[in-house]
Amino acid sequence: MRKITYGQAIKEAMHEEMIRDSSVFVLGEDMGIMGSVFGLTKGFLEEFGPLRVLDTPISENGFMGMSVGAAMRGLRPIVELMYVDFAPICLDPIVNQAAKMRYMTGGQISIPMVIRAPGGSGRRNAGQHSQSLEALFTHFPGLKVVAPGTPYDAKGLLKSAIRDDDPVVFIEHKILYASKGEVPEEEYLIPLGKADIKRSGSDVTIIAYSRQTLFAMQAAEELEKQGISAEVLDLRSLVPLDWETIEKSIKKTHRVVLVQEGVQRGGYTGEIASQITDELFDYLDAPIKRVAGLNVVPPFSPALEDHTYPNPQDIIAKVKEIVSK
Amino acid sequence: MKMKDKDLSLKFYEEMQRLRLFELKASELFTQAMLSGNIHTYTGQEAVAVGACNAIKESDFIVSTHRGHGHCLAKGCKSDRMMAELFGKATGYCKGKGGSMHIADLELGILGANGIVGAGISIGTGSALASKIQNKAEVTLAFFGDGASNEGSFHESINMASAWNLPIVYLCENNKYGVSVCIDRICNVTDIAERAKAYDIPGVVVDGNDVYAVYKAVLEAAKHAREGNGPTLIEAKTYRYHGHYEGDPQMYKPKEEMEKWLNLDAIKKLKKDILDNNLASEKELDSIDQQVKDEIESAVEFAKESPYPDVDSVTDDVYAMDNERGVVR
Repeated sequence: MRKITYGQAIKEAMHEEMIRDSSVFVLGEDMGIMGSVFGLTKGFLEEFGPLRVLDTPISENGFMGMSVGAAMRGLRPIVELMYVDFAPICLDPIVNQAAKMRYMTGGQISIPMVIRAPGGSGRRNAGQHSQSLEALFTHFPGLKVVAPGTPYDAKGLLKSAIRDDDPVVFIEHKILYASKGEVPEEEYLIPLGKADIKRSGSDVTIIAYSRQTLFAMQAAEELEKQGISAEVLDLRSLVPLDWETIEKSIKKTHRVVLVQEGVQRGGYTGEIASQITDELFDYLDAPIKRVAGLNVVPPFSPALEDHTYPNPQDIIAKVKEIVSK
Repeated sequence: MKMKDKDLSLKFYEEMQRLRLFELKASELFTQAMLSGNIHTYTGQEAVAVGACNAIKESDFIVSTHRGHGHCLAKGCKSDRMMAELFGKATGYCKGKGGSMHIADLELGILGANGIVGAGISIGTGSALASKIQNKAEVTLAFFGDGASNEGSFHESINMASAWNLPIVYLCENNKYGVSVCIDRICNVTDIAERAKAYDIPGVVVDGNDVYAVYKAVLEAAKHAREGNGPTLIEAKTYRYHGHYEGDPQMYKPKEEMEKWLNLDAIKKLKKDILDNNLASEKELDSIDQQVKDEIESAVEFAKESPYPDVDSVTDDVYAMDNERGVVR
């Protein structure tokens, strides 16, 4: 099968959906002439014209609110935030408008929009361009939250997100844009809310998403050499959460390590850990463990940044705390 | 254009009375603890909603504000389902889930009242963008107050609408107060419409208590927008009779100021105009009053008799797709 990058997969998803459905359009900073800072909409302006590929001013609150209004009128905006760190500038249209409109109007109004936002550390972008903010969005009923880790998942999930009638926050990891993976030529969709067992194992379940899925895979390979069989469960979607897959895996392995890149305090893996305690306690042979970012601001210096978020060694160490072989 | 014709004037009169009596009734019900939550009444500002909504087409869209009852009624909402929503009943426009600040009806082109000051401005601008992308002739009319004109959404939205010639009319209802703060104390321009200059679009000041003046200004602005010439910023100067919310004694307002504006009352002004121009008799107007009063009474009866939403519906409509899983975890 051909291999393409995560960035190319995202570009193809948007491109195919724009061809398929004329109500889909993209907007955001530098989306047109420049083709987005990460090059994901290169050529779109020439192909789809200025009414479907909008170079917005640097007005996140304004164009996010406008996306909500356009979605109310039946269009399907894909709005890019250049960095997820800019979401706090425009939280109102995301969490008070897009997320709530359907419920507050008694089901009358759908907001079929996708907010694409690169997140994550590792690019030496410092405190205001390196965060993982997915937990923030999972807090708001009405939003769906997706965070793929591979090109295959990114493409299939983004296509589903664009077709979904709810607002979807689609978190891309900026370090992954250049990473390659197998993606078929033919069209496919991956449903939102479906986790994926990336590697089967029997001793412990490592639950991860986004870039940490790749780290979990690396950790699992190393653990295998040491005689520990780790199952890697890639959530892919945080909301809706694929509980069935989580439950099935834990009932098999009886041990779980949850991994997230973002700061530990208030992280989404804490929420999942709580649900596992409530419902699967009797199946656990060891305490639930979490691997997460330090509760600090992402620092600039390469000497510091790499110590703020989990790496495969951290995952291995945590697994070994609860699995002894 | 002959505006002061009988049919239009009486239509204005009836609608303005509907807005006034609906709000006076809501206020009364709130005082009697029949209504809960926040009620922001529109009394005093009726000429703005009625003049503006009559100047656009049924197929056009509006966005409204936390003080939105008047806009929704003027765009075609029925007083009974509105009142039911204020009561939190299942027969309300939002099945009781939105309440006073969130009435919407897509079929009537009402993209929602909104509890966040300024939020509707960018939503409305997005609606105008949708019209442009889809090459549709609908215009969007965005209502907002003087307070919202200091929000970023106001400036960001008008900037984009002017840069892209979007079909929208920005209608600022300057009722002088954002809760307790008089606009004169927090804003360095006398006329908010002056801010249009910053975006090189027409800025128009109208007497917001003169329904004909509002009607005429919005008619022109909507035509301008529909013909592809972009937005207009209209400032309608008016006054809020009640507190920011019901129960607010509004000690911050000078007594003389209130008296001055009560003398400029929009309905009184229209009534005098109708009588002076012999468009209708006092008796005809009295009969309209009675008819509207009866309608509001029946609306209250309808709301009272309507059932509350079924408790099971509390988890409905959070999501359009996969709702159950989205709510459970």
